[in-house]
Amino acid sequence: MQKPRIDFGSLAIPLLSVTVALFFGGILVYIQNINPITAYTALFTTAFGSWEGIATTLAKATPLILSGLAVAIGLRAGLFNIGAQGQLISGALASAWAGYALDLPTLIHIPVAILFGAFFGALVGFIAGALKAYRGVHEVITTIMLNSIVIALADFLASRPFKEPDQPLTRTPAIQESARIPDFLGLPFGFFIAVAIAYGMWWFLGNTTSGFRIETVGKNKSAAWYAGMPVKLTVVMAMVAGGAIAGIAGAIETQSIVGRFEPAFNAGLGFDGITVALLARANPLGVIPAAILIGGMRASGSTMQFEAGVAPELVDLLLAMILFFVTAPLLARLLRKKESGVTLTSGWGN
Amino acid sequence: MKVTTTKIVTLLSIAVFVYFYMQNDLVTTSVVYSAIPLALPLALAAMVGVLCERTGIVNIGIEGTMLVSAFTAFFVAAIFEDTVTGLVAGVLTGIVVGLLLAVMSVTWKMDQIIAGVIINILAAGLTSFLYRQGYSIPTTLPQFDITWLAGIPILGPILNFHGPITYFGIFFIFALWFALYKTPWGLRSRSVGEHPSSADTAGVSVTKLRYLNVTIGGAVGGLAGSYLALEWVGIFERGFTAGKGFTALAIMIFGRWNPLGAFAAAIFFGLAQAMTNQLMIDEVINIPQQFINMLPYVLTIVVLAFAAGKVRPPAAEGQPYEKEKV
Amino acid sequence: MTSLLEIKDVTKKFGSVVANDRISLEVKPGEIVALLGENGAGKSTLVKAVFGLVRPDSGEIKVKGESLSFGDTAGAIRRGVGMVHQHFQLVPVMSVTENIILGDEPRRAGFISMKKARAEVLSLVEKYGLEVDPDAIVEDLPVGTAQRVEILKALRKDVDLLILDEPTAVLTPQETDELLQVLRNLASKGVGILFITHKLREVIAVADRIVVLRGGKLAGVTTPKESDESDLAQMMVGRAVVLEVDKGAAKPGSVALEVKDLRVRDDRKLEAVKGISLQVHSGEILGVAGVEGNGQRELVEAICAMRSREGGEVIVAGKPLADMRPKQAHLAGVSHIPEDREKDGLVSAYSIADNLVLNRFDQPPYARGWIRDLNAVDENGATLVKTFDIRTPSHRNPASSLSGGNRQKVVVARELSQNLPVVVAAQPTRGVDVGSIEFIHKQLISARDNGAAVLLVSAELDEVLSLADRVAVISGGKIVATVDAEGADRNYIGRLMAGLKE
Repeated sequence: MQKPRIDFGSLAIPLLSVTVALFFGGILVYIQNINPITAYTALFTTAFGSWEGIATTLAKATPLILSGLAVAIGLRAGLFNIGAQGQLISGALASAWAGYALDLPTLIHIPVAILFGAFFGALVGFIAGALKAYRGVHEVITTIMLNSIVIALADFLASRPFKEPDQPLTRTPAIQESARIPDFLGLPFGFFIAVAIAYGMWWFLGNTTSGFRIETVGKNKSAAWYAGMPVKLTVVMAMVAGGAIAGIAGAIETQSIVGRFEPAFNAGLGFDGITVALLARANPLGVIPAAILIGGMRASGSTMQFEAGVAPELVDLLLAMILFFVTAPLLARLLRKKESGVTLTSGWGN
Repeated sequence: MKVTTTKIVTLLSIAVFVYFYMQNDLVTTSVVYSAIPLALPLALAAMVGVLCERTGIVNIGIEGTMLVSAFTAFFVAAIFEDTVTGLVAGVLTGIVVGLLLAVMSVTWKMDQIIAGVIINILAAGLTSFLYRQGYSIPTTLPQFDITWLAGIPILGPILNFHGPITYFGIFFIFALWFALYKTPWGLRSRSVGEHPSSADTAGVSVTKLRYLNVTIGGAVGGLAGSYLALEWVGIFERGFTAGKGFTALAIMIFGRWNPLGAFAAAIFFGLAQAMTNQLMIDEVINIPQQFINMLPYVLTIVVLAFAAGKVRPPAAEGQPYEKEKV
Repeated sequence: MTSLLEIKDVTKKFGSVVANDRISLEVKPGEIVALLGENGAGKSTLVKAVFGLVRPDSGEIKVKGESLSFGDTAGAIRRGVGMVHQHFQLVPVMSVTENIILGDEPRRAGFISMKKARAEVLSLVEKYGLEVDPDAIVEDLPVGTAQRVEILKALRKDVDLLILDEPTAVLTPQETDELLQVLRNLASKGVGILFITHKLREVIAVADRIVVLRGGKLAGVTTPKESDESDLAQMMVGRAVVLEVDKGAAKPGSVALEVKDLRVRDDRKLEAVKGISLQVHSGEILGVAGVEGNGQRELVEAICAMRSREGGEVIVAGKPLADMRPKQAHLAGVSHIPEDREKDGLVSAYSIADNLVLNRFDQPPYARGWIRDLNAVDENGATLVKTFDIRTPSHRNPASSLSGGNRQKVVVARELSQNLPVVVAAQPTRGVDVGSIEFIHKQLISARDNGAAVLLVSAELDEVLSLADRVAVISGGKIVATVDAEGADRNYIGRLMAGLKE
């Protein structure tokens, strides 16, 4: 069995990307007459400077790890799963419903609600995967479309059939205590679940036959077919797995933090998952530090506004720039490295 | 006469139109009229797709292009208090984005899907960060009342009274079709998208042509974004483009990468929305708002599910061209 | 008179591979110069440099006395260089006319004049006697006709120097003779011709001078009068080449692979295999000889269950094979050395060891149920690399680090080490250096001697004739004859390959 190894060579680009992005972000902040050092210090000390801060960071990192994994497993199969957002929302709603509608003892209620989340996330992933495998529709479009469809559908469900009665807001009733995921040693338990899943995926890809299939399909579909692998089924499997994991992300968010389903709750968690996955080069273990970094940035966004006067949307911009520098071959050329980037199948009808 | 799907669909559409027109000419006219502003941004965005993909570059970043162009068009118009300046700014922004995509795809040879997604995320991040409340543009672009156009029976009221980008856009679509199939530029562009090494060995510069077409595509995307902000509604919000850039890709595929085909598909989408709106007003159907919002997205998926597997995209699209690997 | 083409000391490296090492050569007007060498000797690279597609690291190339620069394909064309490429540079979905005018379109008021274009094509057809239909779509054309389009395209400008890269690879012997005649005609009109090939027969038949490349270096310059085929072979390879393989007599047993009335469609939904029946006995090699494009690929893919059958059966060891399930074919005992190793046979990013178990990764001992046994994979990798003489520092290196010949050895090692009853080898030595070719041939014979039924499909008639015990000729999707290899009449087979009845 392989042991995890850190390839320091391939850390260079992600690290450099973050640095360069922070630099350019700093310039934009400076133009607005704000001291970038103050802003960034506020950012990082809030995220990592105190026990409370770390707990918040890890709580924010949890759904990022999971949605990053959802995108990553797609990438390994040669797919670009932009639908983590929609899959996450389906999972969140499903788990919220299981949380308030079912009456079960705690030990059972928590996993059941999570499983509901996983199932519905997997369902959305399945639609995209099946359309790609059997109808040749490119998953980038279907997942983006499905994101919007799921958002609209969830909004509808939370405002009518699943709505919390006797109040005007669009949201489901609060989940029962028995479905809430407690903290563990002051840290969100969900974080440990996420890390466990990350290790699980790493092990799965490297040591199982199904994992080998996913990797092979991602690298050379024809060779995979020649080798007797069921290519279409593998594609669907990867999307279903990704969807399930994103669904779990939604479930954990609901059960640890929000306590119910509110449509606006999770702006962009799924998209940050893309940044996480690409920053980690689709490596399941790399997803963990990437998610913690981005989680930290998200966690302290509002403090940055409070202490330095910078809009929290700066974080959106910083993340976009990090993504740009990670994927564009600019830095690789500067470092004269061979680009071992993630390659996807491009074009339609594959 | 060969019986083709195109001919059948055309005849059916005319028949349906005539039927409704006879029932109630006013409402039918207004529905078809209102379909055009809904269809136009989709059609223009689809033209961006056609331009890029025919030359071999997959452009997922149309959404981002439109978003950031709409943003620039709106805020420049507001700050300089002149809508036309805003329009120019919007198109220029589109050109810049086009150039960026060209650099990423052609020179850096990045995976084009990732390049497009990055453009979208960068656009969303930038516009989100720079957005400020409380701005407004002096006026939307005017709607032209063209007398001779209005005089045409039946079609007149439908085609009349639209804004400059609409008319230019329609002209552009036909011009693009003509250029693509009847000019040397068109033949060469298509060959670059189908089999770039053949073009290269025939002395055509693959790189130059791809740069040119992707940049023009950017300009058209900028035009589409400017249309949304300046001609259609005259506002800008975060997330303003709402997926139109992706629906445009479905339209492009449905239209088989042919400008006229894509135009027809865009009109189809526009009509679907216009008709649904009318049915809601008439209270013929009563669907929750969320399902109306879902309509274009569901339609996109359905269209692709039936069309995508069966159509042939330009053969070399999505693959960076490397000379020495001929 | 001035040379049309002067290449002086041109060197070109691709990474650590020296494709051209200080090569010099000259072509004068009216001369036919053959550039000979085996696969990978550097011929294509050199010629692409002339046409501006490849940049030489050093040296000079002059056309009609003027230096050429890289990337200036248009300039090369302007100076009268025409090139017929090995892989056709035609746009499949466009018509013959569109392909021919691409890059220099006849115009009327800024738009393309298809009328003028069509007229131009028809006059070219008449001038050179190469029949094509101007409105036909290139992808619908048979290969020989498509090549005519490629040639017409090159001849359209007033060409003074015509370069042809392996022009006869996809032609029947008859079409080859026609082409050689066209070349002689052109030369007599003063056109200089540089043509690349590895087929000794053609070179002797038509060249005025022969330039031989070996391993990127100039191995010699000679004429047909001075050297015969075996001299040339020796120059190409550097030692006396045994053109025949040493093999004992076959001891055929029962029928291990049977194909009955097989019908298969190609990617364009046209029928490529039109009712083929054949039998391969264990302990024999049945060679299928034929020019590429006559259904071989579809035949092989159907036998290995990689392509669906329209009709007919594939029977392995008495049991009929399911459709479209490569895994079942493999489990039933069919190993497959695929034609396109990069696309089908290998995953370049994987280690050599992983590639060596690519199609049995989920079977013991490489996996127990769901879980892979990575140690077993590793050991197998180390063993096979030794046994099959795969040149690499480690079996854990990625397959991408290997040369073409060694990559093919990986595929061969994987398939033959499984000792399955049926071996299907499709173009097994394409793009492989001579040393590896000999090795692979030996391995195939030894598989036969161990009782395997070997189906060998190859476009190299010589390979088929020397390896096979029986030879089946495929043409137009059918088997037109089956003969014993011993004493087979090469000309007769050539005529059959061309579709002639006798």
